[in-house]
Amino acid sequence: MNRDEMLKALTAMDFYAVDMALYLNTHPDDTEALARYNAIVNEANTLRQSYEQQYGPLYSFRSCSAAPWQWINDPWPWQAQFNFTLGGDDK
Amino acid sequence: MWIYEKKLEYPIKIKNPNPRMAKYIISQYGGPDGELAASLRYLSQRFSMVTPQAQATLNDIGTEELAHLEMIGTMVKQLTEKASVEELERAGLGAYFTDHDRAVYPVSASGTPFTAAYLQSKGDPITDLYENMAAEQKARSTYEYLIQLADDPDVIDPLRFLREREVVHFQRFGEALRLVQDYLGDRKRVSMRMPDKKR
Repeated sequence: MNRDEMLKALTAMDFYAVDMALYLNTHPDDTEALARYNAIVNEANTLRQSYEQQYGPLYSFRSCSAAPWQWINDPWPWQAQFNFTLGGDDK
Repeated sequence: MWIYEKKLEYPIKIKNPNPRMAKYIISQYGGPDGELAASLRYLSQRFSMVTPQAQATLNDIGTEELAHLEMIGTMVKQLTEKASVEELERAGLGAYFTDHDRAVYPVSASGTPFTAAYLQSKGDPITDLYENMAAEQKARSTYEYLIQLADDPDVIDPLRFLREREVVHFQRFGEALRLVQDYLGDRKRVSMRMPDKKR
């Protein structure tokens, strides 16, 4: 996977987790939803690790950095070149 | 505390500048039903909320609204950064340019600066949750009006995503309201909490 593909997959998994977490807040006894949540969090963490190894830290003060300090490297998320394009079936 | 994650919740990659849309979309940054008001509302209300479920709901939706604020700011930036001063002026952003150039500043579509009067933190959990459900509906309506004004899929896609989140948040606040009503033992008179004489 290239950077855009990895970022797209990670964005999708994290969104799944965000949405499931909100659901679990009001349905804490739904074990099936909880199992799905745990599975996607683990899957996303694996992908996040390989993304960070190749493209630098994603988290402020939770990610290690190669030297020199990688956090300040462009682009930032608000810049168009940071983002990937959703195409075809994703719309 | 918060940890910043260096990515957007949903990608924004706008190819064509459109200061006219920026002037409208900025209302969801600093306008009456915008994301800044939403995040401040929920993150402030959580301190007086009851039940673990409703507290978590306010905390986490308030946090997600910050990610939406970032998306809206990103849209305004990308829609204006390559526009000339003449294009900004023609789109009705001459006054905005005078005070802010192409910077992102929290105002409504009509230019009113952000005010905390857009939100309430009432201390009554039922009252606050009803306010939040109304706020999610007002934001959903605003996104629908913005989608009607837009003609570029690069702009419409993230607006549709944000609209859908308002629907989901409304649903979660409704569930939190039911849980809080059960907790307060006030199921028959859903709109009121009995006054507590001891306080």
